Amino acid sequence: MRKSKVAIIGSGNIGTDLMYKIERSEYLEMSVMVGIDPNSEGLKRAKERGYETIDTGIEGLLEKTELADIVFDATTAKAHAGHSELLNGIGKKVIDLTPAAIGPFVVPTANIKEHLDASNVNMITCGGQATIPIIHAINQVSQVEYAEIVATVSSKSAGPGTRANIDEFTRTTSRAIEKIGGAQKGKAIIILNPADPPIIMRDTIHALVEEGKEAGIIASINKVVQLVQEYVPGYRMRGNPVFDGRKVSVFIEVEGAGDFFPPYSGNLDIMTAAAAKVANEIAKKQSTFV
Amino acid sequence: MKRDLHILDVTLRDGSHSMKHAFTEEQVRQVAKGLDQAGVEYFEVSHGDGLGGSSLQYGLSNVNELKLIEAAAEEAKRAKISVLLLPGIGIQEDLENAVKAGAKMVRVATHVTEADVAKQHIQLGRHLGLKTVGFLMMAHMAPVEKLVEQAKLFESYGAEMIYVTDSAGALLPHEVKERIQALKQSISVDIGFHGHNNLSLAMANTMAAVEAGATYIDGSLRCLGAGSGNTQTEVMVAVFDRLNYKTGVDLYPIMDVANHVVAKFMPRPQEITGSSLIMGYSGVYSSFLLFTEDAAKKFGVDERDILVELGRMRAVGGQEDLIYDVARELANRKHSVI
Repeated sequence: MRKSKVAIIGSGNIGTDLMYKIERSEYLEMSVMVGIDPNSEGLKRAKERGYETIDTGIEGLLEKTELADIVFDATTAKAHAGHSELLNGIGKKVIDLTPAAIGPFVVPTANIKEHLDASNVNMITCGGQATIPIIHAINQVSQVEYAEIVATVSSKSAGPGTRANIDEFTRTTSRAIEKIGGAQKGKAIIILNPADPPIIMRDTIHALVEEGKEAGIIASINKVVQLVQEYVPGYRMRGNPVFDGRKVSVFIEVEGAGDFFPPYSGNLDIMTAAAAKVANEIAKKQSTFV
Repeated sequence: MKRDLHILDVTLRDGSHSMKHAFTEEQVRQVAKGLDQAGVEYFEVSHGDGLGGSSLQYGLSNVNELKLIEAAAEEAKRAKISVLLLPGIGIQEDLENAVKAGAKMVRVATHVTEADVAKQHIQLGRHLGLKTVGFLMMAHMAPVEKLVEQAKLFESYGAEMIYVTDSAGALLPHEVKERIQALKQSISVDIGFHGHNNLSLAMANTMAAVEAGATYIDGSLRCLGAGSGNTQTEVMVAVFDRLNYKTGVDLYPIMDVANHVVAKFMPRPQEITGSSLIMGYSGVYSSFLLFTEDAAKKFGVDERDILVELGRMRAVGGQEDLIYDVARELANRKHSVI
């Protein structure tokens, strides 16, 4: 079996955590970590684990194109547009963990099969990855007139990028709730909680659905929770879905795998885990073609 | 008119919680007209959780808040309309729309430790020419130094005023004084205070804030606000008149709008009930009140136990979904003991 070689651009926290998840992916081979700061912790860790490292950013990677088939971009939305164009230009697949959203939104349990050949896919937001599987699962059984999600994350796990542009989270997640989740209208709310010790990421999904489909909705949700658990083992429902007339509420908790991030940062973990899952599926398809 | 103190009435925003976000346009018009005629300088109109707050999580607005803002703006001849915006719930477009509807002031609200999510919204407020305020909620949850640090952040983004917001009605007068004094020494913009009456201290806290240097103070008519409500606007007018402060608000007209307009549509008196007392006592966000009552009924547990547990978990504003979860856990524990 031929594994796909992986490059990660952005040797910060997300990139570093992602590296550990790539190591566990069946069809992926961690190859090179790309940063712009030679002293970055992420580059050091990658080197220690025996991977190539490049500290001259995208230019450095473009000089060694043989090192990667699939490239994850964990930098910034601003940088991503340029990266994507250069990488697609030389035939590399790009998985975008920034809010740039150039390529189609992907949620592994919802629409991964449609985008295995896309040159660029976008991972939406942490709140999106945690909640859209549920909305999509409900939508398999009932029309979803409206869906709303509330993501509560510990203050410590919300980085400066998220904080400086919190509306981007709200807008992007709302859009993906409609586009991928299938809700006619979507809304997203994010709450930061500074409690110490930090709280585990929690997500609540409220949706307006057709009445009389409770059993089907519950079965569909249970099924998707198991599917998400395949790539995020700490993803679980708290209690059963609660029905109140047309409204259904689902309570989720996301505990991270504790690779590089502490386990409470389920929000960061689900992003890297979902991205690794998408790349693994792309690589799997490529390996079966060869 | 020269005012020593600026009274900001929040009946049409904080009161939205008590009304389960069901203000009618007519109610808003009548209150707005009354506040304006009594000489109130600013009053706030928004969903209780701020612009964009209409949701299954907090309650859907019966009437679109933009329509209510527009109606209030039509009634207000002299008074200016404020809106509340909580980054994470509302977005910049909501503020732009509110300005089109007639808003002249924005209060950008964050949890007391999270001011840095509000930079863009403060900057937008200034850009749109609004009186722009940083509103630090749940002020009892952080040490004074932290509050000062966060207020400085707001000031650095361009906020023209910083509010100390006692969202849980948990602060005692000496704690209010300590906080306002610390801000007075560290920032150069105006300081405001927003209280809740869960421990029957809203008026006393407001006085302490004013004595320590706050010049903007919030109130609601007949205490129509979350939990046991806010400092009672008409009482505040009387008290500060006795203390020889000029508020610019006339006592009889403000009493009239409280008693002849607001009292007529209040769903229930804003008493300090067992639950709201516990909110003040254990430091829980006041708008959790009605949700806690519902959850307690549904799961057959004591409201106070839910609230104490929420306080212990250090829940912050906006976590209404947690109430349900806590009530269920408490019910499970109760059954497993039996």
